[in-house]
Amino acid sequence: MGTDVITIEVNNKKIEATPGEMLLTALRRAGIKVPTLCHMEDLSPTGACRLCVVEVAGQRSLVPSCAFPVNEGMKVQTHSPRVMRARKTVVELLLANHPDDCLYCVRNDNCQLREMACQLGVRERRYCGERNDYKVDISSPSIVRDPAKCILCGKCVRVCEEVQAVSAIDFIGRGRQAHVGTVFDQGLNVSRCINCGQCVMVCPTGALREQSHAKEVHAAINDPKKLVVVQHAPAVSVTLAEELGLKPGSDINGIMVAALRALGFDRVFDTSFTADLTIMEEASELVQRIRTGGKLPMFTSCSPGWIKYVEHFYPEFLGNLSTCKSPQQMMGAIIKSYYAKTNNLRPEDIFSASIMPCTAKKFEAQRQEMLKDGVADVDAVLTTRELARMIRLHGLDLNALQPDTADSPFGRRSTAGKLFGATGGVMEAAVRTAHFLLTGKDMDNPRLTDLRGLKAVKETKVTVAGVELGIAVVSGLSNAAKLLGEIKAGRSDLHFIEVMTCPGGCIAGGGQPLNGDVQAVRQRMQTLYNIDRDEHLRFSHRNEDVQRLYEEFLGKPLGEVSHHLLHTHYEQRPIGI
Amino acid sequence: MSAEDIEAVLARHPNGKRDSLIPILQEVQEVKGFLSNDVIVRIGQHLNLPPSKVYGVATFYNQFRFQAPGKFHVQLCRGTACHVKGSLGVLDAVKRHLKLEPGQTSRDGVFSLEVVACIGACGLAPVINVNGEFHARMTPKKVTEILDSYRSNAGDAKHD
Repeated sequence: MGTDVITIEVNNKKIEATPGEMLLTALRRAGIKVPTLCHMEDLSPTGACRLCVVEVAGQRSLVPSCAFPVNEGMKVQTHSPRVMRARKTVVELLLANHPDDCLYCVRNDNCQLREMACQLGVRERRYCGERNDYKVDISSPSIVRDPAKCILCGKCVRVCEEVQAVSAIDFIGRGRQAHVGTVFDQGLNVSRCINCGQCVMVCPTGALREQSHAKEVHAAINDPKKLVVVQHAPAVSVTLAEELGLKPGSDINGIMVAALRALGFDRVFDTSFTADLTIMEEASELVQRIRTGGKLPMFTSCSPGWIKYVEHFYPEFLGNLSTCKSPQQMMGAIIKSYYAKTNNLRPEDIFSASIMPCTAKKFEAQRQEMLKDGVADVDAVLTTRELARMIRLHGLDLNALQPDTADSPFGRRSTAGKLFGATGGVMEAAVRTAHFLLTGKDMDNPRLTDLRGLKAVKETKVTVAGVELGIAVVSGLSNAAKLLGEIKAGRSDLHFIEVMTCPGGCIAGGGQPLNGDVQAVRQRMQTLYNIDRDEHLRFSHRNEDVQRLYEEFLGKPLGEVSHHLLHTHYEQRPIGI
Repeated sequence: MSAEDIEAVLARHPNGKRDSLIPILQEVQEVKGFLSNDVIVRIGQHLNLPPSKVYGVATFYNQFRFQAPGKFHVQLCRGTACHVKGSLGVLDAVKRHLKLEPGQTSRDGVFSLEVVACIGACGLAPVINVNGEFHARMTPKKVTEILDSYRSNAGDAKHD
């Protein structure tokens, strides 16, 4: 059969390529930088932006290298004058109807279009096109869309369809009228959008961004009547560093806590504490479902994009979702109940903010189910990016801050709670505690290697107290959809399934630093694993502050108070939008 | 013909895949006169396509309408001959006079406007067609008079 390696000639040098692969892939492997604004690793090439054009000997016109397969002996020029001229013109044409408001744009420090214009030496406006009068879509609680800044690369459309299997948006219209929008051109808030923010992560320009809560947070901090409480999610301390220019995978937990205090937050709590609490409730729920013949497999419920996905697309599985609120919402609920009571505060005197790797958390915090007597459990949600912006705004020098620890009583966490930040982490933590609940003993080796790593679907069997548990971990909703299909078709060997909306879990969430690659995600993941390896408190049920919370307030997992505060329900949503 | 149900159209494409989308859209519009939101969702369900995709494809083509046609459906030709003879000015006049953009239907339901490519009446350029009646050699002034005469007959005009 054919050889595994072929040779092609690029810029008069020989490089190796794999038969069938696209030219761009081979060029990148050889370290030859060809710019592109629309290419996405592992997704179908579209050749939309034309920036990756190269000259191939024998081809009359330039070809897009992202969509042109390699051939033995082909001769390629990647930076000839003709190619460079074409690329520059492409960018100039993209800029022809682009709003010139870079100074005010949220992406002014990391816009790929601006970077291209800079690299290609665009120094004047040669073309001036007519502009469409688009309205900014601010309807969504999570995501803001500004079609005027869109260059129609289609990355958001592809990620929404191919990675998340949602297809809330698509190209609408044709020619100069073409734009990306929802069905019937309505607001994102009434669409099937699950608010995951993966579109924001891939957008090369400022056309997509998060709905910012920074203003509300600043106002609360400056309001002397409010006690401003903040919680930070497990995945934030290992990604914030990148947004501030440090190495991917650096854990700056202590510095971040110090920075949060310096920003004016009165109390800093760790969402990993309520991750431990979630595990107490969720593992108990699993054990109860197994013992009493409840609905199985049980699905985790901490990823709010996944919850809305089930509500829209798989309402028949709503009963399989754990009734546990997410760690963010559990923290919000106990802050405005237990913490308020023990500190003689009214819930409305507390402003509860959270730092999340996620845009869907903004939606979750506003859900009807998460309000109590009209008061939200969580008042504002900031993404990792928004926190970095606040840190820059206040001119905080991270090198000058002394690492600090989170506040009692919700500051202590196990490493199991911290693992929530990566795909498979919730499952690993839950199995550790379920094992204890079923046997009364801790696992000798709590590290579940089968559930680790960036693989989209991970499965294993765990035998606890003579019961064999079928376990699966999925991230990326198109992968979840496949698994749901198998279960609908009769597959019954699974008891517990963790689903994270974003591929890789929260460390790659829609609120995380932009322009991070898979290598960065891997390093963030490794940092979480290292924390679990190096620290001693590795079981959620061994967290003494969680134990105390049960003694003083909650009673027992799945008890009356827990049921009231920490659990919720979900409802079917329409699919035809 | 107008009584035919959308389900009957879908029944003609029992195992339809995405390549059936455009024929289905055409047939449904033939029956219903336009593509309503409900229809777009229903077609998506039938073909197992997200409604955003169906809407995206339908809006790509000029032939599809998303509002019910008015009592008087005005087709204005923007083909080459009509263009040379000044159809752009005629279009502007119609848009201003009816306060409509192509593809829209007036709120009172009297007029709808559609821009079409050549309708094969180049000798009459610039030409419009209202409910099947051709009007030749339009000017901005003439076209507003014609539209006004339709409007004054709106009460008793027949519409098929």
